[in-house]
Amino acid sequence: MVAFVISRLLQALPVLLVVALISFALFTFVGDPVAAMLSQDASAADRENLVRLLGLDQPWYVQFWKFISNAVQGEFGLSYRLSRPVSSLIAERAPATLELAFCAAAMTLCIGVPLGIFTGIYKDSWISRLLLTVSLVGVSLPIFVLGMLLILVFAVQLGWLPSFGRGETVQIGWWSSGLLTASGLKALILPAITLAVFQLTLITRLVRAEMLEVLRTDYIKFARARGLSNRSINFGHALKNTLVPVITIAGLQLGGIIAFAIVTETVFQWPGMGFLFIQSVGAADIPVMAAYLLLISLVFVVINLAVDLLYYAVDPRLRAQR
Amino acid sequence: MLLEVKDLRVEFPTRRGVLTALNGVSFSIAPGEVLGVVGESGAGKSMTGAAIIGLLEPPGRIAGGEILLEGRRIDNLPLAEMRKIRGKRIGAIFQDPLTTLNPLYTIGRQLVETMQAHLPLSDAEARQRAIGWLEQVGIPAAAQRIDAYPHQFSGGMRQRVVIALALCAEPQLIVADEPTTALDVSIQAQIIALLKRLAREQRTAIMLVTHDMGVIAETADRVAVMYAGRIIEIGPVRQVVRHAQHPYTAGLMASIPPLDRKVERLAQIDGSMPRLNAIPPGCPFSPRCPHVFERCRVSRPELMPAGATDAACWLHDQPGASA
Repeated sequence: MVAFVISRLLQALPVLLVVALISFALFTFVGDPVAAMLSQDASAADRENLVRLLGLDQPWYVQFWKFISNAVQGEFGLSYRLSRPVSSLIAERAPATLELAFCAAAMTLCIGVPLGIFTGIYKDSWISRLLLTVSLVGVSLPIFVLGMLLILVFAVQLGWLPSFGRGETVQIGWWSSGLLTASGLKALILPAITLAVFQLTLITRLVRAEMLEVLRTDYIKFARARGLSNRSINFGHALKNTLVPVITIAGLQLGGIIAFAIVTETVFQWPGMGFLFIQSVGAADIPVMAAYLLLISLVFVVINLAVDLLYYAVDPRLRAQR
Repeated sequence: MLLEVKDLRVEFPTRRGVLTALNGVSFSIAPGEVLGVVGESGAGKSMTGAAIIGLLEPPGRIAGGEILLEGRRIDNLPLAEMRKIRGKRIGAIFQDPLTTLNPLYTIGRQLVETMQAHLPLSDAEARQRAIGWLEQVGIPAAAQRIDAYPHQFSGGMRQRVVIALALCAEPQLIVADEPTTALDVSIQAQIIALLKRLAREQRTAIMLVTHDMGVIAETADRVAVMYAGRIIEIGPVRQVVRHAQHPYTAGLMASIPPLDRKVERLAQIDGSMPRLNAIPPGCPFSPRCPHVFERCRVSRPELMPAGATDAACWLHDQPGASA
């Protein structure tokens, strides 16, 4: 088990290195940071000074090594746009994105999986057909359209919920939480729904398809022939057999929710990492973009590891092959 | 009688009309008796078994007739009532042991949950009994193997586990649908011997569905031969094998290669079984029958006494005639 975790971590290293290389390449190919940092009337000597200070006169592999060793220590340099350390910018924004992502993920799983089970078991009832039709809308509606529709109805016309921002937050150490105040919770509802709807409908359809598949198998028929209760067949035997593909997709979705909250955060002016990233792209703020890229790849690597470990917990056949 | 099936009719509604998969199937099984059911693929043998345990694949449904277990109708029971019969009074064994066990649970858990669904047993008692059953069906080191998963067993061992699962709530009847077809020939004999021994010890009746005449001759007390959704001959196994009265059964027996002499060419029955949507009027076997005459093409024969068996053939409606 420990050997497995270590080997997966070792496999993740090349992935992270390649992403680091791409992030690093951004500095070289996108814009000239020296020109951006110097004032209009700087002399050639000033310029050379700055180049030496930034280490830009070194060969690329030395620079890359420095980039990586800094990144490992959480050091990504100064933001061009805000002239503040990138690490503290991201630390400020991360709680907003993570709270939004986990609320959306919780909504996805707590609603999507039961709906999938229901529509799988009662595949011919009219409620299932209705849910499936509605889910088709959810799958095909672009996130930004949904976000704006929600704002239009619940913020502009009904005035029940705020249309942007995070509301009041409470500081717990370095973590700023919007989950503890009424206005923070209210502000979370619309963006969380917006972010969750697509994933929710996807997971519903996936769980349904898997349930239909599993309910057709011989071992479910045999479980019926053994006289087990429907409850035990549907939830004990069938659901557990659908879990491996569901875990895979749910893991990817969680990564996707964190990484691609960009659109939702932009629509709702949500002060998270995605919004920060979009602003940085606009200003060619390379250090922030590079740090964001690395962070997201790390998130995916960690989630994939967690997914692999969950396979082990669910399916004994995988345990045996090791 | 333990089980009586009377005039059973199973239909499948399809887009192009209703297909009748079973038509007028009647037979009975006595306590402790082994009834073999043979026939070609699609003759309706497995479907008869599925109808008895109430697990016809939708949209298939029982459209007529009755199934009685110890005199009580079970074909129209509500689901919750039927659930108490499955496993507890009628057990089932399926064809492919590689797919009948849930891969994610240990065999012990599957045995325990089956017993606890039907018998008032504590966890410890159920586990003890589960080990006992595994020993009964010949799993070596049962006490250790009980916590193993299905994939850790070979096909033959898994079928033994399936047999234990079918027997563990002590049913009076087991519907075994091709229990040896998916196994190696050398394992087949072991599994059949095991099934036979346990049925005798537990006084369990078996409905043994197979297309293997060898298995039937070895195991069954009586045999029913099915053709195109009907039983066309039923009788004591010895009589049916040696003195088949229906031309189809006779053809089947003739097509088994004899071991004691060399034959140039195996006997075969010309043509093939009609599709369910194109069953000819009269006797369904009439287009292939070497003894066909006018009456066979117009009216359908029911089972009638013929020699030591019952056969659905007009040849036996004439005094002194035989196939």
